[in-house]
Amino acid sequence: MNTLIFRTIGPFLVAIMLVFSVFVTLRGHNEPGGGFIGGLIAASAIAIYGMSSGVATVRRALRVNPIAIAGAGAALSGIAGFASLAFEAPFMTGLWAIAEIGGYEINVSSPMVFDIGVYLVVLGTISAVALALEDDGGED
Amino acid sequence: MGQPMITTPTPWSDWVVILPVVLPLLAAAVLLALRGMRALQAPVAGLVTFAVLLCGLELLTRTSDTGPVSMTMGKWLPPFGISFTADVMSAIFVLVSALVTLVVIAYLQMERSESDGRSGLYPLVLLLLAGVCGSFLTGDLFNLYVWFEVMLIASFGLFVLGGRNIQLDATLKYGFLNFLATTIFLASLGVIYGTLGTLNMADITLVAPDADPAVMTTIAALLLLAFGMKAAAFPLNQWLPASYHAPSAALSALMAGLLTKVGVYALLRSLVVLMPAGRDLLEPVIATVAILTLVVAPLGAIAETNLRRAIGFLVIGGIGSVMVGLALPDMHGLAGSTLYIVHSMLTMTALYCVAGLVEKLTGRTDTREMGGLYAASSPVSILFILLVFSAAGLPPFLGFWPKLLLLEAGISGAEIANWQIDWLAMAMIGALLVNAWLTLIAGTRLWAHVFWRNGPAGAPDGAAGPVAHPLTAAQQRFGTGASIVLVGLILAAGLWPNLLIETARLAAVEMIDPQRYIAAFGLGTIAP
Repeated sequence: MNTLIFRTIGPFLVAIMLVFSVFVTLRGHNEPGGGFIGGLIAASAIAIYGMSSGVATVRRALRVNPIAIAGAGAALSGIAGFASLAFEAPFMTGLWAIAEIGGYEINVSSPMVFDIGVYLVVLGTISAVALALEDDGGED
Repeated sequence: MGQPMITTPTPWSDWVVILPVVLPLLAAAVLLALRGMRALQAPVAGLVTFAVLLCGLELLTRTSDTGPVSMTMGKWLPPFGISFTADVMSAIFVLVSALVTLVVIAYLQMERSESDGRSGLYPLVLLLLAGVCGSFLTGDLFNLYVWFEVMLIASFGLFVLGGRNIQLDATLKYGFLNFLATTIFLASLGVIYGTLGTLNMADITLVAPDADPAVMTTIAALLLLAFGMKAAAFPLNQWLPASYHAPSAALSALMAGLLTKVGVYALLRSLVVLMPAGRDLLEPVIATVAILTLVVAPLGAIAETNLRRAIGFLVIGGIGSVMVGLALPDMHGLAGSTLYIVHSMLTMTALYCVAGLVEKLTGRTDTREMGGLYAASSPVSILFILLVFSAAGLPPFLGFWPKLLLLEAGISGAEIANWQIDWLAMAMIGALLVNAWLTLIAGTRLWAHVFWRNGPAGAPDGAAGPVAHPLTAAQQRFGTGASIVLVGLILAAGLWPNLLIETARLAAVEMIDPQRYIAAFGLGTIAP
C-alpha cells in the first residue's frame, strides 16, 4: 500500500469521500442515504487516509480521539430526543422547522440532528477500529 | 381516515418512564467522550445512577397508587410506536437495579486504578444499567431484544476489562452461550410476528387467545429456552459458574445482581402475561426445570472450592425458586417470584462484594487455601454469615419471605386439603425445602472453611493462618462500607417485610389480570 500513486491520490480521495458522506447524510431523510451509511463512507475515508499517510498523521488530523467522536455523537442523538420535551410530545417525536434562505426551503428537524449523531457514532467507532488495526499491522 | 398519531399532549411527569434508560445512556456517551477526565467519571456515574434510583422510586409510588404508566415514542400510536410501560413489577426492579448499581459504584472506589478512566469502565457500567432498565420497562418484544443486546455488549466489555487470560476464557463462554440465547429469542420473535402480526406486548395479549394454540406453544417453548438460558436455569446454566468469577469482584457483583434477573423477568412477563395458554401446556416442563435447578445448583456450590464460583451456583439456585412461581402462577406464586428476584438482586450482589473483600484479605481465590480469617476480620465474617442465612432463607432474613410465599403457592397448588394431590406441586415444595437445606450446608461450609477453621486445608491444628493482607483505608471505607450498607438494607427489609410483600402482591395482581397494564398502552384502533 506504499506506492507513490496511492500516497498522492489518497488525500484527494479522502476529501471527496468526506464531502460525499455529508451529502449522503443530509439527503437521507427522504431519499436513500442517512447517518449510518454516511458515517460508514466517512470512516472508510479515514481508513484510506490511514493506509496512505500513516496512522499518526490521521490521529493528528482528527485532533480528537475517534472514541470521543462516537461518544459525542451518541450524546447528540440522545439530546435530539429530548427536544420534544418542550412541546409536550413523547420522547423522540420528530419536530420540523422550515427555514427560507435565499428562496430555498431548508428543512431543519430533530430527526436530522439525531441522524448527525448516528453519523458521528459510526464514524467514530469504525475509524477507531480501523486505526487500531492499521496501527498494529501496517507499521512502516 | 384517522391519523396513526397520538393527539393528546404528553405530561412532563410521564417522562419518568424513559429517564431510567435515557439518562444512563446519555451519561455513558458523555463519559466516553470525556475519557481523559478521569476524576469526573465515578462522580458522574454515581450521580446519574442516583437519579435513576429516584426515577425508580417515583415510578414505584406512581404505579402502585394509580396504575401503570406508559409512553409511546415519537407520538406514533401503539402498536406502531415503541411503547415503554412501567407496572409495579418493572418499577420495583428498576429501583433495585439502580440501588445495586449505586452500591457497586461505591464499592469500585475501593481500588481506583490508573486505567479506569481510559478503559471505559464507568460508561460500560452505565450502559449495562440502561440495558437492564430498558428490558424492565419496554412494552415491545423486539425492543426487549435490543436491550438484551445492549446488556450483552456492556457485560461483554466488563468481562474483558483487564484482559487476563481467565477473563478472555470466561468471556468466550459467556458470550457464545448468551449470543445463542438471544439468537433463539430473535427466531421466536420472527415466529411471533409471522403468527400474530404484532410485537407490542399489550397487542399480543389481545390477539394471542385467537391464535393457533400449537404455534403459540411452540413460541412459548422457544422463549422458555431462550430466557431460561439467559436466566441460567438448570440444564442451561453452564455459562454462569464458568464466567462470573473471572472479572473483578465488583463487576461480578454487578452482573450477579442484574443479568440473570432480567432473564427471569422476561420469563415472567412473556409466559405469564403475554401467552398464558402456552405456559399452561409447558407447566410440567417448567416445574421439572425448577425442581432440578433448586436441587442441583446448591450441590454444585457444595462441590466447588473456588469461592466466587461457589457463589455462582447459589445464584443459580435462586433462579430455581423464581421458576417455582412461574410454574404456580397464582397470587402467592407470582408475588413470591417477584420478591425473590428483589431478594436475589440484593443478596447475591452483597455476597459477591463480601467475597471480593475475602479475596482482598487472603490474596487467594480458592477456599482450600483460606482459613482463620475470623481472627483477621470479624466484620467481614459476620457480613458473610448473615448473607448465607439470607440466601438460604432462614426466618428473620429477607430470603425467608419469598420462599414462604412460594411454599404457600405450592401448598394451595398441591390441593392437599381436597385429597387430590398434585405430585408435581408436592415435589416443588420438597425441592424448595431441600434447596434451603443444601444452600445452608453449602454456605456454612464456605464460612467454616474461610473464616472458622484455623488455617488452610492440611494445616495442623493450632498452626497460624495464612498471612492476611489488612485492608487499606480506602478499601475499608468503600469496600466494607458499601457491603455493610447493602447488608443493612437486606436486614432491614427482612425485619420489616410488609411493604415489600404488599408491593410484590400488587405486582402479582397486575400480572394475573393485565387489564390495567394493557389499558395503559392506549392501544388505538385506526380506521383503514
